[in-house]
Amino acid sequence: MRKLLFQNMLRLPLTVAAPPPSAVALAELAEKVDQSARRRLGRSLAIRQVDAGSCNGCELEIHALNNPFYDLERFGFHFVASPRHADVLLVTGPVTANMREGLERTYRATPDPKWVVAVGDCGRDGGVFAGSYACVGGISAVIPVDLHIPGCPPNPMQLLEGLLALLQVA
Amino acid sequence: MNNAKNQHASGIKNILQLGQSFPNHHPWPRALITSEIWHELIQGLANGAWTLLGLWGEPGVVHLAVYEEASGTLSVASLPCPDGRFPSVGRRHPPAQRLERSITDLVGLQTTDASDGRPWLDHGRWPLAYPLGTASIPPRSLAPYPFLPAEGESLHQIPVGPVHAGIIEPGHFRFTANGEAVVRLEERLGYVHKGIEALLNGMPLERAARLVSRVSGDSTVAYGLAFARAAEAATETVIPERAHWLRALMAELERLANHCGDIGAICNDAAFALMLAHCSVLRERVLRTSATCFGHRLLMDCIVPGGVSADLSPDGIQAMRELITEFRHRFPPLIDLYDNTASLQNRTVSTGFVRPALIKQFGCGGVIGRAGGRAFDARRQPGYPPYDQLDFESPVLTDSDVNARVWVRIREVEQSLTLIERIVQKLPTGPIKAEIQRPGEIREGMALVEGFRGDVLVWLRLNADGTVARCHPRDPSWFQWPLLEAAIENNIVADFPLCNKSFNCSYSGHDL
Repeated sequence: MRKLLFQNMLRLPLTVAAPPPSAVALAELAEKVDQSARRRLGRSLAIRQVDAGSCNGCELEIHALNNPFYDLERFGFHFVASPRHADVLLVTGPVTANMREGLERTYRATPDPKWVVAVGDCGRDGGVFAGSYACVGGISAVIPVDLHIPGCPPNPMQLLEGLLALLQVA
Repeated sequence: MNNAKNQHASGIKNILQLGQSFPNHHPWPRALITSEIWHELIQGLANGAWTLLGLWGEPGVVHLAVYEEASGTLSVASLPCPDGRFPSVGRRHPPAQRLERSITDLVGLQTTDASDGRPWLDHGRWPLAYPLGTASIPPRSLAPYPFLPAEGESLHQIPVGPVHAGIIEPGHFRFTANGEAVVRLEERLGYVHKGIEALLNGMPLERAARLVSRVSGDSTVAYGLAFARAAEAATETVIPERAHWLRALMAELERLANHCGDIGAICNDAAFALMLAHCSVLRERVLRTSATCFGHRLLMDCIVPGGVSADLSPDGIQAMRELITEFRHRFPPLIDLYDNTASLQNRTVSTGFVRPALIKQFGCGGVIGRAGGRAFDARRQPGYPPYDQLDFESPVLTDSDVNARVWVRIREVEQSLTLIERIVQKLPTGPIKAEIQRPGEIREGMALVEGFRGDVLVWLRLNADGTVARCHPRDPSWFQWPLLEAAIENNIVADFPLCNKSFNCSYSGHDL
């Protein structure tokens, strides 16, 4: 193990440069985020990820945000285990009828001020699952959404661009 | 009884010959059978002569797919149940229980003698009842879900989920613990039920392929492949040789990426984050290579009925070679690290043991099966091209604990690397897609393919105009989730994440 750790000290980091924050996301956010909320949150955001019915594709790419290439924590974002510790809910999937209450209760358990980011095409409007008896629709059909990050699934760069926009809104 | 035994010895084919064969079902036979034959099938499943592959329903009929290991035969038996009732398979063969409960929830067919009559996928939240059957309003009114009892002094319960503490899918786990030791775990799934089977009804083939590719996102290649092969079987389409090889390339890339992720994640659940960091780098390399080669990191929609949608990009071969070189250089030190870290082994060795007899009974596939002595690998048997022309091993261990499941993954990573190398060497030239002809009559097909998690089954019936009449995708997790309940018994609560990750069952694939 020592050899491996030592080699890593000599190797250049794998981490890629930060992408510019997504312009579309910025525009969507500008109207919604109020100054005082931003001051209180600073540039450090705790994220709680909620799968409200996804196929698990989005989760794979959200996981990738934590790998050394994207290294989400360098921007002050970190994933937390409880909605009570969270500033941001990162929600995936079409909301299934069976998960609706779970999502609503998670939202209520998150203290204000809070933001909701809907991830993926399904998070926007149900995606390929829209119209099913078992799906309620996109995330905004159940809780208020501040930002959408589209894609099936969005790749880690697209996720980063969207999340960075959260920090940039003035 | 003796008569039945003789027939088991003479094979599933002879038994199904007593039924009425359905000629347009490919590549394996399907027969309409009587309830006497149904009971014989149950008997054969219960005494281990055959393995349950799937059980699904539609209004008035219930279908049972079985696999006979001795002859390598797959068959489907269909029992008409005009009165909406059928004799329970799960009563004598427990692996069928959750499938039966789902048939009742979705189609409305009831078992005459079920041992567990509780709903499974229907949580009383849908706007209608029996969505694949009468689809009637109002929905069923269901009592609060009764969990199984665990009784004794000083037992306590720990409810977990559906919203979990990590970046994972939702499901509910009800632990009953005696101090630190888990006495019983009961799973409650169905939270991500999206009604995929109902959506598929009447869908054009291309759209249906997209939807089935999203039954479980981490197995999108496996599902895309299984659906495409089922559609090609139904329409008797012969696809170009190059398409077979490109599909195998994608399947091995998917296996490689997921196994790397799992090995890292299992070690991380034993608080060994170094391994996760290194494995996640390797996983990312695979995903980037996939994007370079075929244009999508997870390879979604790259496999379509008739072939593949994207040919290997010009710089794909080079990217693939670089990936292999990187793995050969970086992966062996990680294996050594796993093997030589005693504190990590202390967590994985003998943890989460599943009795091999249970694995056999449940027909549990994939890594969990092969870590517990069950050698089944759909790439070999029933087998499909191009694996019949490729030399590879399916590593099998017998310890059946978390450690064995890590080692099977490690060995499979090595096998996938070799496979990718050989596929790149032998990749034939030519077209990559054939046209699927309109069937002009009702046709049926099925396929069984080996995903990273195990064998994915897709059964498909096409209308004369080529749209989907009925499709049933069956995830390997159906026969793995129940064994997780067995694996955790007598382990400490703190080892549950380790056991769970070593299984890595799909919630979405199971809930459908």
